[in-house]
Amino acid sequence: MLSKRIIACLDVRDGQVVKGINFEGLRAAGDPAELARRYNAEGVDELVILDITATLERRRALADTIRAVARELFIPLAVGGGIRTEADAAAAVDAGADKVSLNTAALSNPLLITTLAERYGSQAVLVAIDAKWEGDRAAVYVRSGSTPGHRDAVDWAKEAEDRGAGEILLTSIDRDGTKIGFDCRLTAAVSQAVSIPVIASGGAGTLDHFSEVFTAGRADAALAASIFHYAETSVRSLKQHLRLHGIPVRL
Amino acid sequence: MIALIDYKAGNLTSVRKAFGALGAELFTPERADDLATADAIVVPGVGHFATTKTLGPEWIEAILARVGEGRPLLGICLGMQWLFEGSEESPDLPGLGLLNGRCYRLPSGEVKIPHVGWNSLDFQHENSIVDKVEDHAQVYFTHSYVAPVTGDTVAVTTHGEPFASVVQRGHVAGVQFHPEKSGDVGLQVLRNFLSMVA
Repeated sequence: MLSKRIIACLDVRDGQVVKGINFEGLRAAGDPAELARRYNAEGVDELVILDITATLERRRALADTIRAVARELFIPLAVGGGIRTEADAAAAVDAGADKVSLNTAALSNPLLITTLAERYGSQAVLVAIDAKWEGDRAAVYVRSGSTPGHRDAVDWAKEAEDRGAGEILLTSIDRDGTKIGFDCRLTAAVSQAVSIPVIASGGAGTLDHFSEVFTAGRADAALAASIFHYAETSVRSLKQHLRLHGIPVRL
Repeated sequence: MIALIDYKAGNLTSVRKAFGALGAELFTPERADDLATADAIVVPGVGHFATTKTLGPEWIEAILARVGEGRPLLGICLGMQWLFEGSEESPDLPGLGLLNGRCYRLPSGEVKIPHVGWNSLDFQHENSIVDKVEDHAQVYFTHSYVAPVTGDTVAVTTHGEPFASVVQRGHVAGVQFHPEKSGDVGLQVLRNFLSMVA
């Protein structure tokens, strides 16, 4: 049976892992290669490196960081943040990324999804959607959550799939960094609308939050950052907890 | 030297890196003639079966000649599917035909397609490619098409229905998963392939 994946996210700025609350107030949390090694040893299923300020400051994802992390890592590695062109994606792939994550650029230039899917295969193209509730509608935001994308998150996920995306990385802006739990309503709405895997992100605070997002939220994978960075929870103990609750995981 | 066939189906960096971690150096032949010196051949690949058409008759002939001489061959993901007679994904394009059967799309329904993530290898019988790998070990997959379960199937994996996830006939082996992305289990499979190389 296919396991539910636990993905650790390294939000990187200037070569250091940082993690903010609601995308603001960043604080340092460590060396990316060191964290990657620790997560790998603990049995994390996948890693995501997000160059979180890249879009705002128009910087490209740091190839050196990717190389340092990819050197000893034999699990899938996705890279996002500031990937705007085919050349940006190629630089990330050449440095060792298995997947690239498109966010702002995918919305402003959806053809980029198809271009990259044709060049590297859909499995290499992740479309990241940052969403927050506005009444009964989940609205897409871009530029690190600062700018309305004027799109409905469910519709945009479906379009991204049609254009060749291999997975959706869905972040709840309302929950990001809050540790009050994943947005299961948002995740389930998107997961049921597409046939590609949906990675839930934003809000992980307890082990039960993960169980919830895999059941009520219908997530295929769950991503977290701060809960792992500060060693509040190890990936292994999380997976043991999930297995006890009947959720298939790789241990 | 081991030849890593580049037919523009995805990125070879991670495959090269994983073999490198095991001390094996791979070269990428530019022409089919370059295969003459290969001690073993690795055919990686992700994506559409149609991309294998880049490997024209001269490549097929050279690969089959090396296999005929007893040189080990490993197909990874799409490269494994290419070992079979063909695929529903590109019905007019023949595969290498070293293994019997045709590849087909996994039926959706209860499960999501593509099949992405970690899933278990359930052994059908033992063979050298899975030496020191535990039954039900988990490995990383990303694909929509699969190879049929036949007498050459070493392990099956179930996603909706069982499919061949590891195959081996003599010195020809294939894995549907990505050993270069499957942690220690994946590295062990690559190590097993290296030990088949004289």
